[in-house]
Amino acid sequence: MSDEPVKSLYQLQSLMAAAVMRPLDDESMQKTWLDGSHTSEYASKFIKPNQRLNSFERLEIYNKQYWYRLLESLQDDFPGLNSLLGHKRFEKLSVAYLARYPSRSYTLNYLGNKLASFIEQEPNLTAPDSELAFDMASFECAEIKALDAQAKPTLKAASLCQNVPAEIVLQTQPYLSLLELRYAVDSFLLKLNKAHHKTTESNAITNRTVRFSKSSSVRKHRTFVAVHRLNNTVYIKRLDKDQYCLLKSLMENKTLAEACNLLISKKRNIQNQEKLALKIKKCFTTWMELGWFCQSDP
Amino acid sequence: MLSVLINERSGKTPMPANKFNGHTDLGIGIGLRTTHYQQILDEKPAVDWLEIISENFMVDGGRPLEILDAVLEHYPVIQHGVSLYIGSCDPLNKEYLKKLKALTHRTKAPFISDHLCWGSVDGESSHDLLPIPYTFEAVIHTAERIRAVQDYLEIPFCIENVSSYAEFNASEMTEWQFLSEVSERADCGILLDVNNIYVSAFNHDFNSYDYLHNIPLQRVAQIHLAGHSKFEKYILDTHDAPVKDEVWQIYAELIEHIGKTNTLLEWDASIPPFETVHKEALKANLILEAKAKRLSKSA
Repeated sequence: MSDEPVKSLYQLQSLMAAAVMRPLDDESMQKTWLDGSHTSEYASKFIKPNQRLNSFERLEIYNKQYWYRLLESLQDDFPGLNSLLGHKRFEKLSVAYLARYPSRSYTLNYLGNKLASFIEQEPNLTAPDSELAFDMASFECAEIKALDAQAKPTLKAASLCQNVPAEIVLQTQPYLSLLELRYAVDSFLLKLNKAHHKTTESNAITNRTVRFSKSSSVRKHRTFVAVHRLNNTVYIKRLDKDQYCLLKSLMENKTLAEACNLLISKKRNIQNQEKLALKIKKCFTTWMELGWFCQSDP
Repeated sequence: MLSVLINERSGKTPMPANKFNGHTDLGIGIGLRTTHYQQILDEKPAVDWLEIISENFMVDGGRPLEILDAVLEHYPVIQHGVSLYIGSCDPLNKEYLKKLKALTHRTKAPFISDHLCWGSVDGESSHDLLPIPYTFEAVIHTAERIRAVQDYLEIPFCIENVSSYAEFNASEMTEWQFLSEVSERADCGILLDVNNIYVSAFNHDFNSYDYLHNIPLQRVAQIHLAGHSKFEKYILDTHDAPVKDEVWQIYAELIEHIGKTNTLLEWDASIPPFETVHKEALKANLILEAKAKRLSKSA
């Protein structure tokens, strides 16, 4: 860094942000700067000391605040993952995640929306529980989305009568997520919730911070779930494989006829096909009641 | 030119209800916080007005908007933002402003506020209210952006002084000169946080009353009060405690000069029951009533 006094507003903001967003070293600002010089020298280039605090110490207040705030936000949003990994491992994962994906949003609401894919990219950070951690992060992300994503006007059954199934493309609500999990993390979170006397009400879900032992309850079990919202409360609905595949096909913009045929064609026996057709009919009644389908954008 | 402007203060008499707060005389409010939602909706306690953090309600759907609509049926609501980063060099976030404007239509807010700070660089957000270097370049830059925001939102915009823990070598004026310059140049209102004045005064060794007596008080549209935490070498603006006596004294001095003005208590961490927060806020009434009595006697 040159000895020229730093003057431009952009330059000053860039210098400060680089220091503020740099990971802490054991809860303190790192003593050595990126180029090997002392961070105190770096800080004194643009931060004025006073009689009580030097430039390094003044800058460190912001550096600590940045990390405390962002780590706390992730901890609030991912209580299940935090419980699963334990606080130290979760924090290590969070710091690495934020270093790769710093927030580019005005809100902290979606700070962790790339956390599941980051776990997939960097399995060593969660080993040997990477698959479980991925499932948990995906599930908790879906809960956040269900909390405040848009609800479009629901589709009325009458409006479907105007088209034949081969032409109907159903749109699902933006707040609805479908997940295929390798672990029954929904049960784990339910137990975690009960353990802390919370309801399944949306904001309560994101407020758990207490430890819960992994070994006590996470079962390796292929699980299909829909995370959704009803009357502004977040709910989890277990699905079977047929239901999941059908909804997934619809989410992939297949027509109603294509989605149903894809499923029915897998059943060789006519009796089974008829049973499935009845089941599909029932499912659609429930899903329509839950308001999962919405009107297409004009 | 700018330095001349710094020394010229308007001689206009401050008005509690002025163009910067949409000519409102709201009284004493508190910040709407999640822990109090249920009680506010169920019991509808008598509180003059509520302040919301705009970003908490700039969402596409769900419970936050349901709560807001229910609250709006019973209380005046004023929006206060934390993420506009008016002093940042990044371009103004159009998507953010669009959502903010939509929310002002929902709340029918007579004015809106955010902080005189920066918080993002090259699109990366610190989610903090970082202090601006008090330079002439920053004055021009920030004032231009405030004008643009005000024009877009079509309602008065107020800037709030922040608590800070660091100063820049590059600063060319005091904080109060910077606040004055920016607000005059942008022709915007001031949300004066008296706790922030106290915190920064301690952290940067200046006198709170020098600050108070050298800003364009006629622009004060609203006042913030809050508690803070004192450490050995600095004070942190934690909003987790009652207002300290020293801060009430600054508030009293301010009211002496500007009269009754929209006042709000912020309590954001270790939040006690609604009644405790409201009771703390209502302490401001003692000061406001004393001022009113003095005014009526002199009349």
